[in-house]
Amino acid sequence: MEPQELLSAYARSLGIRVAGEEDGMPLLAVDFGPNVEGRPQHFHGGATAGLLETAGYAALRTMLAAEGREAVMKPVNITVQYLSAGKSKPTFALGRITRLGRRNANITVEAWQDDRARPIASAVMNILMA
Amino acid sequence: MSTALPRFDAREASKYFFRHGHTGWLGLRFNDLGENWVELELPWREDLLGDPSRPVLASGPIISLMDMASGMAIWQTTGTFTPVATLDLRVDYQRPARERASVLGRVECYRTTRSAVFVRGIAHDGDPADPVAHVAGVFMTVAYDPRQKEAETMMKGPQ
Repeated sequence: MEPQELLSAYARSLGIRVAGEEDGMPLLAVDFGPNVEGRPQHFHGGATAGLLETAGYAALRTMLAAEGREAVMKPVNITVQYLSAGKSKPTFALGRITRLGRRNANITVEAWQDDRARPIASAVMNILMA
Repeated sequence: MSTALPRFDAREASKYFFRHGHTGWLGLRFNDLGENWVELELPWREDLLGDPSRPVLASGPIISLMDMASGMAIWQTTGTFTPVATLDLRVDYQRPARERASVLGRVECYRTTRSAVFVRGIAHDGDPADPVAHVAGVFMTVAYDPRQKEAETMMKGPQ
């Protein structure tokens, strides 16, 4: 899918970009800058959550497209776990569809910086489809 | 021993907090406060859309709004601006915000322990009785070091 189909106006405005693909899912990234800064030289928790949520939607859109399905997505909830501080460097995020049903999708997302094995945040999302 | 800092006031702090960084970019504004709660506003903005088919604020900025209102509710409650880190933040979306509507985030700090702080709140677009989302979060104090506390207690004696 094209980046503009995977990223909302909000996501593009924040500086989120499609950095690649892994296991058929879009790998998203955002560089550090004033747009995402909370306490000095660190990511704001809200910006990290925005990246996680965007990666979750991008994964679901990709999976639905692969199955030839079209659906209106309705967010139900997101739970974000903050694991360590996001430093002043690029952050990556990848979503994984844990379960895709006819009416609902359960998605897990992880965000990391230098080391993939040490995520800075993770999220679980439920999305309903109509 | 130490110089007493003025009590944290969310209204005053907003003048500095929202000038730069992520919350400045979002254009957050202070709206109201109580003893243990703070309400902030996320103004409507065309480039914060989540869905191209509807002029409705994306959910990402609403999480940022609630995260910031949580932190400020904690400082308003404790009276001190000590760094806190979000451990866990959950957002349940009840419905999309109305078209071209600003969203208000009101968060209360309902429990403070030595190491953890608990918050809950709602996001609404005018009527608090009909929320856009509910949130619940747990924060931890960043600077807390148990050894330091023990040393202080030993010097001062039990309180």
